[in-house]
Amino acid sequence: MQTEFSKGINIIKDLCVQFNTIHIDPLERKWIAISLMIVGLFVGIITIDALFHGINPPSKVETIDSASLHLSQEFAEDNLGVQVDDKGAVIIRMVAGRYSFFPKHVDVPAETPLTFRWVSMDVLHGVHIPMTNMSTMIVPGYVAEISTTFPKPGEYPLLCNEYCGLGHNHMWSNISVIAKEDWHAPVKSHVKGEQQ
Amino acid sequence: MNDAAEKKLALSHFWVAFAAFILACFMGEYQVLERSGFIPALESAPVYFASVSTHGVLMAFVLTTFFIMGFGYMVAAASLKQPVWNKPLAWIGFWVALVGVVLAAIPLLTGKASVLYTFYPPIVAHAAFYIGATLLVVGSWVWCVIMLMTFNQWKKANPGQTVPLAMFATAANAMLWLWASAGVALEVLFQLVPFSLGWISTIDPGLARTLFAWTLHPIVYFWLIPAYTAFYVFVPKQAGGYLFSDEMARIAFIVLAVFALPIGFHHLYMDPEQAQGWKLLHGIGTFVVALPTLVTGFTVIASLEIAGRLRGGKGLFGWILSLPWDNTMVLAVILSLLMLIFGGFGGIVNASYAMNAMIHNTAWVPGHFHLIFGGTTIIMYFAIAYYLWPILAGKPLFSKPMALTQLWLWFIGMVILTTPWHILGLLGQPRRISSVVYNNLLTLAWKPYELAMIFGGLVLLGSACLFIYNLVKTQLNPVSEDFAETIEFAEQYHAPASMPDYLNSLGLWNKVIAVLMAISFGFPILQFFFMKTFGSSAWGY
Repeated sequence: MQTEFSKGINIIKDLCVQFNTIHIDPLERKWIAISLMIVGLFVGIITIDALFHGINPPSKVETIDSASLHLSQEFAEDNLGVQVDDKGAVIIRMVAGRYSFFPKHVDVPAETPLTFRWVSMDVLHGVHIPMTNMSTMIVPGYVAEISTTFPKPGEYPLLCNEYCGLGHNHMWSNISVIAKEDWHAPVKSHVKGEQQ
Repeated sequence: MNDAAEKKLALSHFWVAFAAFILACFMGEYQVLERSGFIPALESAPVYFASVSTHGVLMAFVLTTFFIMGFGYMVAAASLKQPVWNKPLAWIGFWVALVGVVLAAIPLLTGKASVLYTFYPPIVAHAAFYIGATLLVVGSWVWCVIMLMTFNQWKKANPGQTVPLAMFATAANAMLWLWASAGVALEVLFQLVPFSLGWISTIDPGLARTLFAWTLHPIVYFWLIPAYTAFYVFVPKQAGGYLFSDEMARIAFIVLAVFALPIGFHHLYMDPEQAQGWKLLHGIGTFVVALPTLVTGFTVIASLEIAGRLRGGKGLFGWILSLPWDNTMVLAVILSLLMLIFGGFGGIVNASYAMNAMIHNTAWVPGHFHLIFGGTTIIMYFAIAYYLWPILAGKPLFSKPMALTQLWLWFIGMVILTTPWHILGLLGQPRRISSVVYNNLLTLAWKPYELAMIFGGLVLLGSACLFIYNLVKTQLNPVSEDFAETIEFAEQYHAPASMPDYLNSLGLWNKVIAVLMAISFGFPILQFFFMKTFGSSAWGY
């Protein structure tokens, strides 16, 4: 083990010696330093944003059986749409399927942290609300969770942005972002089979 | 040395490449027209998606693979001044790849494989499409083996000597492609082919996307390396100067080959099946791979400046005007670098986590890769073709003014096509739609840009036709006995005293790649076998 280690060290030493023998023009050295600084700046900003400000793309790695969403607790029909959980967080559960997003329309509050949970019931889809960062791939077999806040009230289109079949262009719907003070948490509807 | 056999080999590959190219150009123009909705009679989603799938396969897989193979054979013979190893095997590789293309083309053109060139399981195409694509890749593996064998053969015969830069870059590309293609090969062999034949009933799209992402980034460097090779080994000589630094060129090629591989997850930033730590790691690697491009920019521009000053250019920028703008290689490199600057800017947006969310899968993305692949890379393929065709065919080029016009038109067309395409992305237009049917005011803002794109596509199509016409006319020229041009490689400004071994062989770098790939893809692939996943059944389209 020790010899392996020292062998490795020797290879690195040898590389350093060899590296010093190559000719690099002083001007080029300067340019390489500038390039390293540019790259370092970008990497630094992204890393700090990711680690300290929590700016990350949707990456929850949560699996689900897309073939039996209707039998699942969470994505059964009566559980879809906007809900406010015990802690007051606004969660929107949506199902993507050829060629629409379900429920067809939801109202969400502006200036409020929202958590979207997207699943597909068939093939690969993607969803984007143009000019916002509400964007994620919806891969069958996985739950795509994304948190965002909409600063401005208005009607926004939800567009499928991944090829999902010949009717792909027809896959879109709308979402209403309502001023915070005008928005009320929806009362959970009971549309299960049984009579109330 | 008699290299007639290599010339025939290279020319055959080039003709397949450019035949695919011109066919795909017509499809491209049809697609911008159809998508705009200006001609209602054209509207047809099945035809559109069959066309997009074919256009992507022809441009990204057929044009590139055949061009790179042909270019490699020519570079090996000319730079090493020795015959290419095992030419019968090279012809077998050619035919295997060509049969693969034909096999894939049948389902593509009949609408049985409208899954786009990035596959998208659980939507499934006819098995012939995947098998054909596999044969194309197998043909390219034959090329990789031949390139690496030729490289080693020369090194054995010339111990202690420096491998010519052109061959070093080509061998590095062969190593890169063997590593890069392994990802998609695993996806096709273990997932897509058995799935399309009905041998397995479900597929995990998360695993499939991860394996495809393995290939999806390095493949663009596989395409780009011949263009960079021309930057370094042809351009300085054609401009009338010297290569600024041979060592830095080698370092650039090594960093490209090593760091292009472990960074594919920037294609999966918005995917739920990979965790954020892995995405961040690949994101950082993505910025590292910008370094060799920055170094290349410096070396190429420095080489051009040497040439400009030798030609009597004075002042800070005067040397630019004194460059031979009427040389196809020099004009192409200037236009290529211009497109690289804008395309590189767009690439930084894509690579950045938060900004990527705004443009992911919007029209911005095809705008970006048409600029950097169709622009920066393909314009150098044109320049290489103009340079090599007379040498390969033994006849002078049919028309140089036509070639220069063609290069300008390609640049202008690409600017007119891709600028509005980027803007459409910022305005929220998704990519991969065959028509705009959203009942939303937002779409009104898209119309003028779509009109501009049709015009840009027309200019590009005209340019492509001029290119093919020029090559065909050159080929049909009578053979002239006194025409004896050969490939001239650039000489170095500072000839290196000695070349360190790690800049002259690939063994060490192969090991470095193995370690980096194990780190960056080991867990992300293994996780699918350790967690409870749910496969998807097959879907048509």
